[in-house]
Amino acid sequence: MIPELGHYALVLALFVALVQSGVPLVGAATGNAAWMGVARPAAIAQLLLVLVAYGALTWAHVVSDFSVSNVVQNSHSMKPMLYKVSGVWGNHEGSMMLWVVMLTAFGAAVGIFGRNLPPSLKARVISVQGMIGVGFLLFILITSNPFIRVVPAPLDGNDLNPLLQDPGLAFHPPFLYAGYVGFSIAFSFAVAALIEGRVDPAWARWVRPWTLAAWSTLTAGIALGSWWAYYELGWGGWWYWDPVENASFMPWLAGTALLHSAIVVEKRDALKTWTILLAIITFSLSLMGTFLVRSGILTSVHAFAVDPARGVFILVLLAIATGGSLLLYSVRAPSLKTGGLFAPVSREGSLVLNNLLLSTATATVFIGTLYPLFLDVLELGKVSVGPPFFNATFIPVAIPMVIAMVVGPFLAWKRADLLGALTRLWTAGVATVACVAIAAYVTNGGGPLLALVGVGLAAWAFFGSLAEFAERIRLFRIPVKDSWNRAVNLPRSAWGMTIAHASMGIAIAGMTGTSAWQSETIQAMKPGDNATVGAYAVHFDRVGAVQGPNYSAEQGVFTVTRDGRHIATLAPQRRSYPVTRMTTTEAAIHTTWLSDVYVALGDPTQNGTAWTVRLYHHPLVPWIWIGSLGMMLGGLVSLSDRRFRVGAPERRRAAKGSLQPAE
Amino acid sequence: MRRLIYLLPLLLFVGVGVAFLRGFDRDPRDIPSALIDKPAPEFSLPPLPGHKEGLSNATLKGDVTLVNVFASWCIPCKAEHPIITRLAREQGVTVRGINHKDKAEDAIAWLNRNGDPYASIGVDLDGRVSIDWGVYGVPETFLLDRQGRIRFKHVGPLTPQVVEEQILPMVKHLRSAS
Repeated sequence: MIPELGHYALVLALFVALVQSGVPLVGAATGNAAWMGVARPAAIAQLLLVLVAYGALTWAHVVSDFSVSNVVQNSHSMKPMLYKVSGVWGNHEGSMMLWVVMLTAFGAAVGIFGRNLPPSLKARVISVQGMIGVGFLLFILITSNPFIRVVPAPLDGNDLNPLLQDPGLAFHPPFLYAGYVGFSIAFSFAVAALIEGRVDPAWARWVRPWTLAAWSTLTAGIALGSWWAYYELGWGGWWYWDPVENASFMPWLAGTALLHSAIVVEKRDALKTWTILLAIITFSLSLMGTFLVRSGILTSVHAFAVDPARGVFILVLLAIATGGSLLLYSVRAPSLKTGGLFAPVSREGSLVLNNLLLSTATATVFIGTLYPLFLDVLELGKVSVGPPFFNATFIPVAIPMVIAMVVGPFLAWKRADLLGALTRLWTAGVATVACVAIAAYVTNGGGPLLALVGVGLAAWAFFGSLAEFAERIRLFRIPVKDSWNRAVNLPRSAWGMTIAHASMGIAIAGMTGTSAWQSETIQAMKPGDNATVGAYAVHFDRVGAVQGPNYSAEQGVFTVTRDGRHIATLAPQRRSYPVTRMTTTEAAIHTTWLSDVYVALGDPTQNGTAWTVRLYHHPLVPWIWIGSLGMMLGGLVSLSDRRFRVGAPERRRAAKGSLQPAE
Repeated sequence: MRRLIYLLPLLLFVGVGVAFLRGFDRDPRDIPSALIDKPAPEFSLPPLPGHKEGLSNATLKGDVTLVNVFASWCIPCKAEHPIITRLAREQGVTVRGINHKDKAEDAIAWLNRNGDPYASIGVDLDGRVSIDWGVYGVPETFLLDRQGRIRFKHVGPLTPQVVEEQILPMVKHLRSAS
């Protein structure tokens, strides 16, 4: 009964979405306030209905209702409760449900929090959001219905892919989807603005918080995913340039560009058509990611079950959403008024450079990901594009980006003094040189030269961002107490920028450290054997059997010492899940926050007395995730800036006596 | 002219969309192995219970070897099995097997039923070694030279045509070359 209620709610949600996408749009075109007013209740009703449907599916998973096909295929009565709940989105149908929950939640949020939006813009934004909802609800109901029953109901389910039974992965899709789908709001705002034929600083101020929220969650989602790959796949890598990873990375890059170009629109009323285009592209890349993962036209290690019918459907959605919006763009964008002028060397100029580099980076990843497909379609042969391509093309774009990232905030709007900015960065320059020298000394010239460049970039980003903050609060130039007061009174967005930029430096240090100086030892070991990895000695103590709720495992016990001192006892596992007949590696990791010692227990060898053991020493690797977390935090701090808060711009404008024209 | 610039994103997107649409007819898995002319990846696999020898890099050196990835649950493997048996028995090619994600008792029963042409078989229970070899699915067949380098790869079941036109000439060439 409950699955049927969920199904029914989902169908109702589709009809509400149809109303939501039509009525407010007509209302906005004809100036009918009542019709425009439909937007808000429709968006909220759609969210509630989708939540009912999602709740029904979750209920079916939690009580292990094996008469529902989706539950049979992805659950098992012995599965721990956490994974019964997270298993709802661990499969294609359920993940699309989560998509729609996020989509409607964002739509409803605009309805609820967008009180100070002009009514026509609000109606149009919610209407466009409704159209996306129609597309995805149809997609679920036609090709991916999670409520289909099976008769007769089997006694037990097939269990969830054990690789996905992991806390890191359990929480990674909600963040990722919140990010992907969050960009739909920027998209809806862009399309609404094109329909209105007007883009102004107020528009940018409304778009930016949504973009920031989406960007922050996407950052967290990507970081969690990479962390999961690091400890669960047992190969010690953290990024593989796999199509699925790239599918999440492209919207992130484009979204980062959007975040920065929207600043220019907000502050200087320039770069409008470009920002609109970026908003369209960012969400289109999110849609394309969904398409690539589910259509099977590219190979990937972690693609969903592939069904061509689903692929065609998403392609049609993509064609309507992206094709339609780009068509609208080509018609309406030329007539948008261009705003403020600026010299090449200026804050605007630096943000344009940031956008150019980020777009190039996005294009690089895009081409690398799709090149095999393009070549194949043009009958030019089969290739696969791997990490060497991405490293060779992405890094040269990333280097100037990071260098400029530090200089940009020192430049003034309209026209700036580059030399002056650079002289104010001398402390950061000295710190950078010092870090490179220390790195060269510590590693004794080991590792590639590029590693020292990486250290330099990391230090430059970190200290340069702090230097900018110090400059703002006039640290050491005025009494510390006054500096403190200045810091407290700085807008949150300034804090956010410093945190995010400096964290980027931390993450770069992590990426550099582990790529350049990791050491790995892969060898067959028997209990009692010794091995070394980096400066650590590893002793294989014993192997025992461990029984989990829905798996049995071999657990190795290893003692890690350094110069005779005991560092850690690590217990990696090799789990086998009888239902899916799969084994997973649960690596054991000892982290000092400066580096990780990583032990993975592999397959038993020939006669079963020895095991292939993978040992890694990853210098600085935790910093990748510390840095990513910091970037997300920076985004959230910036999001809490008072000018984004509901009503705040209104009040401030009223207090200042309408200095700023509202339109 | 200025309008054309605004049209450019749409045109680019149409191009990408057409590529996606045509991509449905393609099989992205049909990619030549990147391991061609490279030494086989480091590995060591245990034998099936009751068999003496497993499979590792050491076993692959010394003779030109055909390595066949198979499983008892794989229908095309059964289809190619007589061809492999003929290669081993009549053409004298050393054939070794990687038993991919299979239950030992199933594999043994399968070999008893269909005949065992393999000089030795390594058991790759969780498929990790197959990943290192770049195996997309079973069956797949590799041809290695005396030094243990992969020289040829075939995805899917072997056919008499592939054997006649590609594998046998290659075996002859590799044997005379070293």
